[in-house]
Parts: sequence; structure tokens; C-alpha cells
Amino acid sequence: MSKTNKIETCVIVNNIRKLRFNTNEMTQQELADKTGVTRQTIVAIENGKYFPSLELAFRMAHLFNTPLDQVFSASFSE
Amino acid sequence: MDTKEKQILVTVITSFLIVAGYSYYVYLTQVADNIQIIDDVKFWGKSFLILIPVALIGQIIVHIIFAIINKIVTNEDLDHRSDERDKLIELKTIRISHWVFVLGFLLAMSTLAMGMQIWVMFIVLLVSGFIASMLSELMKIYYYRKGI
Repeated sequence: MSKTNKIETCVIVNNIRKLRFNTNEMTQQELADKTGVTRQTIVAIENGKYFPSLELAFRMAHLFNTPLDQVFSASFSE
Repeated sequence: MDTKEKQILVTVITSFLIVAGYSYYVYLTQVADNIQIIDDVKFWGKSFLILIPVALIGQIIVHIIFAIINKIVTNEDLDHRSDERDKLIELKTIRISHWVFVLGFLLAMSTLAMGMQIWVMFIVLLVSGFIASMLSELMKIYYYRKGI
């Protein structure tokens, strides 16, 4: 029987800035308009000050035509 | 400071000026000549009821003026959209203002229970409502800046 340890910390990082650049140098405003949020929210997400809902995260992944774990990734420590 | 934060700051300053100005006006026109009126429940009821439309209309006028000035200075329209982050911040700040007002309400009821005069209760209610409203707006700026 495998024993799983409790996850103490989870650090989430995003690659939105890089993905925007690779998608015809999309601006924050364009990304905001296409995902239905404000530019301030995109800025907050890129700076790690806000973690979006699962729905918004999937919208971004769909827009960048990439899997979700390429947009957001997490590292865990036990 | 982005436009949303500026809008919140305008709301805070306007609320403060409206409440302070209205309180001073009521003091000058009704209380200064007849100090006994502060024990009259009808006076407090009227004052509270009039304050609500005065504050609403004042806020609307100031925000229209702010939108016009903002358009002239920055050549940008105000973004009135509210996305998931705005709603989350709104929920968090409403919860804070709710608890502050509940504490103020309990304090106001305590003044009655302790046998203090009725005007003390109304003052405590007014002040707690004002603090709850101010805190709610200022916490919005805090959450927009620090993140949630």
C-alpha cells in the first residue's frame, strides 16, 4: 500500500507572457477581450497576483491552442 | 494607479465629503438652534432617510464628472465590465464591511442596553455604517494592489 504525504506548499507559475509573444505578439488587451476579462486581470495573472478560475484557465489554453499544463504549471513540496 | 483604483478613491472621497457635509448641514439647520431635537426619534429617521438619496445622487454626479475628466485627460472610456476577479474582490470586501457593521450594530444596541440616550445609538449606527462602507472600498484597493 502506497503512503502519500500531505502537500505543504504549492507554487503555481504561468507562461502567459511567453505564449502571448508566440501568438503573433498578442497584447494583454487582446487576450483580455478574447477571454472576457479586463486587462487588469490579465496583468494580475501574469504577475502571479491572481489565480484564475478553471474556466478562464481553460479558455486561455484553448486560445493559445495548447494543453493547460503549458499555460500553468505547479510545483509541490511536502 | 489604474482607473479602477481611481474610481474607488473617488467613491471614498465623495462618500466622506457627502456624509461630513450633510451632517454639518443638518447640525446647522436643525440641531444648532434646538439641541433637544437629538432625542427625537423622528428627527433621526428623517435624517437617515434623506441621507440615502443625497449620497446616491451625489455619487452619480461625481462619477459622471470623473468619467468626463478621465476621457479628456487620458482619452480612454471607463471600463465598467466586472469579471471574476472583480466579483471575488467584491465578495471579500462585502464580507469585511458586513462584519464591521454587525459589530457596530451590536455596539449600538449595547448603548441602549446600558441606558444611554437614544442619540448615542444613532450616532454609533451612522459611524459604523460609514466605517464599514469606507473599509470596504479601501480594502478593494488593497486587494487590487496586493492580489488575492
